[in-house]
Amino acid sequence: MRTRATDRTSRARDWARRAPLLPALVFLIAVTQLPFVATVVISFTRWNALAPDHRGFAAFDNYLAVFTDPALRASVGTTVLLTATVVLVSLLLGLGLALLLDRGFRGRGVVRTMLITPFLVVPVASALIWKHALYNASYGLLDGSLTWLWRLFGSDHPPQPDWMTNSPLTAVELSLIWQWTPFMMLILLAGLQSRPADAVEAARMDGASPFDIFRYLTLPHLRRYLELAALLGTVYIVQNFDAVFTITSGGLGTANLPYTIYQTFYQAHDYGRASAQGVVVVLCSLLVATFALRTVSSLLREEITR
Amino acid sequence: MTRGAHLTGRARLPRRQRRANGALGLLAWLCGIAFFLPVAWMVLTSFHTENDAATNPPSVAAPLTLHGYREFFGAGGSGVSPWPPLINSLTASVVSTLLVLVLAVPAAYALSIRPVRKWSDVMFFFLSTKMLPLVAGLLPVYLVAQNTRMLDSIWLLVILYTSMNLPIAVWMMRSFLAEVPVEILEAASIDGAGLTTTLARIVAPVAMPGIAATALISFIFSWNELLFARVLTGIVAGTAPVFLTGLVTSQGLFLAKVCAAATVISLPVLIAGFAAQDKLVQGLSLGAVK
Repeated sequence: MRTRATDRTSRARDWARRAPLLPALVFLIAVTQLPFVATVVISFTRWNALAPDHRGFAAFDNYLAVFTDPALRASVGTTVLLTATVVLVSLLLGLGLALLLDRGFRGRGVVRTMLITPFLVVPVASALIWKHALYNASYGLLDGSLTWLWRLFGSDHPPQPDWMTNSPLTAVELSLIWQWTPFMMLILLAGLQSRPADAVEAARMDGASPFDIFRYLTLPHLRRYLELAALLGTVYIVQNFDAVFTITSGGLGTANLPYTIYQTFYQAHDYGRASAQGVVVVLCSLLVATFALRTVSSLLREEITR
Repeated sequence: MTRGAHLTGRARLPRRQRRANGALGLLAWLCGIAFFLPVAWMVLTSFHTENDAATNPPSVAAPLTLHGYREFFGAGGSGVSPWPPLINSLTASVVSTLLVLVLAVPAAYALSIRPVRKWSDVMFFFLSTKMLPLVAGLLPVYLVAQNTRMLDSIWLLVILYTSMNLPIAVWMMRSFLAEVPVEILEAASIDGAGLTTTLARIVAPVAMPGIAATALISFIFSWNELLFARVLTGIVAGTAPVFLTGLVTSQGLFLAKVCAAATVISLPVLIAGFAAQDKLVQGLSLGAVK
């Protein structure tokens, strides 16, 4: 009898502990998990909003269409290329900038603020600026500067490349690298500043060169920060829609997966196929997410043991 | 004394190393300017006339005017007023941020100060929802909204933005609340402090900067969002980013106006971002980096 009573009070105490958590949990399950279940269900139906009478069970037809569709296969390649390029380049640039900022120099705060600014411009706005104010072939700043430079040296025939037509994917990547380098820099700079100063000082006293210090002290210490920055960047950039939508409207081989799904659903109104695409994308992101979660969890565990 | 030691230490640096230091400082400045240049160009162009904005080579020293801003705010009589989208964005961002705080702060409390069993599993569940591409859930949300007449309603965006930012906010808040020293909490409970007193006197002062940073980051992400707003809203509930994409016309010069619009719409995010600068890293890395 007594044990049941203590059972009941301990259970009540457990629920009192859980109570503050429940609203957030229930809300999140309802808004993010239920729609995904619906997506899975719809992915097995034949459902095009333009032909409502043809609705029915489609088994794996949508998936077959997804995997045999050359446009979609191309967009998978584009997504991988776009994400890998942007993440790697901005990670390297971010590392260089973090190393530069990790030292004292006059106006460090100002430089830091200037470097963060690209990340704080609304993404659509920055995509529009890159497209119209920088890349534009007749009055963009890039070609304009070329004209100015060439005139400086007395030539009236400056090269005027059409950046968005010649290399559309690079144009999108460049604007995203500009936007995401500050993100990488901030995380890596925090990593650098958490590096134990006495070890570096000791190594310097022992006559280690700056390169040796970087190679054998800084880089190992930064490893997990690099991983974290790369994985979080990947999670965000895989999902990028704004830049592709604004700069090239997915044309000229720049359509990535989110843009393709948007098109299948919003323009072609093929609900079944869009859902199948969504399921495939989710399964792919789960791969990345597993690694990301593992890295975050190792940082979290370190915090607990500390 | 320390200052003197510092000075002699510096003077003892070999000249070559000092010169290298100066060069690296200069390089940092050049990189900073290079990254800042597109933003500076956007702001400068927004103060030019349409004719000066679209020249080749660029007219850097052209006279300044508020023409672009007047055009954008509709005084030119040419356009649609930007106020409804700006107010929509403000509503969606502020209300969803408040909802995020109301849900995330208690949840973070139950994950750090008085943790439930298996709290780290719960944390990872929250995080995993953030890793799934938003676009995968878009269609069902659209269909539900269509059937419940929620399409083109700002409240739909409020709900979606809340769910979009909730996982990040829970992670951030937990890392901030974890900084509340356990000893003080124990001492307070021994002294007979109730829950309300503990929250108000001990937890809140430590957590306040964290709550502010969480709010600012949640605000930024909601304000920036384009995909959901583009698909789920129309004339009534369209947000500022959607308005911005519709501003580019196929005819006539528009660059100064677009730059003015981009500047105005980015301003709240720039202010919020600079205000949260110190806590930005901790927020963006979900509290994993301090």
